[in-house]
Amino acid sequence: MDSERVDQIIEEYQCEASALIQILLRIQEEAHWLSSNALHRVSERLGVSMTRIMHIATFYKAFSLVPKGRHEVHICVGTACHVRGAERVLDSVEDATGLKPGETDLDLKFSLETVNCVGCCALGPVMQVDKKTYGKLSAADTVNLLQSYE
Amino acid sequence: MSEVLLQIDGKEVRATEGASILEAACAADVFIPTLCHHEKLEPHGGCRLCMVEVEEHGRSKLVVSCIYPAANDQVVTTRSEQVDRIRKMILELLLAHAPDSETLLELGREYGADRNRFDKEASFCINCGLCVRYCAEVKKADAVGFLDRGTRRDISFIPEIAARECWQCKECFPLCPTSALQAAYVLVSSLAFPGARHQAPSEC
Repeated sequence: MDSERVDQIIEEYQCEASALIQILLRIQEEAHWLSSNALHRVSERLGVSMTRIMHIATFYKAFSLVPKGRHEVHICVGTACHVRGAERVLDSVEDATGLKPGETDLDLKFSLETVNCVGCCALGPVMQVDKKTYGKLSAADTVNLLQSYE
Repeated sequence: MSEVLLQIDGKEVRATEGASILEAACAADVFIPTLCHHEKLEPHGGCRLCMVEVEEHGRSKLVVSCIYPAANDQVVTTRSEQVDRIRKMILELLLAHAPDSETLLELGREYGADRNRFDKEASFCINCGLCVRYCAEVKKADAVGFLDRGTRRDISFIPEIAARECWQCKECFPLCPTSALQAAYVLVSSLAFPGARHQAPSEC
């Protein structure tokens, strides 16, 4: 993300230091990570120290300091999904993408994460891609689903 | 400012309103052990070692004296069986992180803490925050800060700022109770100012 776009986002929040987390979330959403340049720019414009920004950026799991893929795949491995076969779904996604949980592929298409509950246990096993939730998955479904993403 | 009158370990102590129990005790020459307290810094309440027993309104409770305000008619006990037990436990837990810290070992001897009670997990930093707060509040440099959270919380220098500020300052070094800070500094120095040691031969 170039620094002009970072500036635009900061200006949407009137350079308010109290909007720091909102600004970081917006940058994360658009760029899929928080680059060093972006963080330094935010620090400069908001007058918030770099130590404080780093504390916040490492505190919340929503932020990433390394590039994430365009599509974030979250596979629920909570109790209900586990019982309903989340393990098989996870295996098939690992096979299809070649990723282990926590990894991102080289062309930045997918990032894979496991999560512990997304709040719809009746739909298990559940997978979220970006913000869309897919339920009652079979291993074959997931592979087809992922192929539909560009 | 008005004054309050309280009792600490049987001594009648006067303190200004709003002062913490720890400040009142220091003024009256009553010793309370601390790790995260520094007179130039805002109270942090991080190490919990300054825990004391306070009796007010007919009830006794355990409070953290560095952030608990002194008030009229309090009866403070700085050493009791319960307080000692808590301090011993805190020290044993901290010693699992920094088993060779002289500050911790000395306090450990006082409270009978066993440094081998818990499995060692030598992170060396005990997250007292002295360096972080000193850098932010006194030096206003913000060169060192906390990263991550919970059990993974750690201190870290920001190399770009450290390169500018730290070489001349290093005032946080003597504050650190475990010397973990110096280690973090050495780690970052290779990033922030490689070769700086050669430029300052007097430091070698």
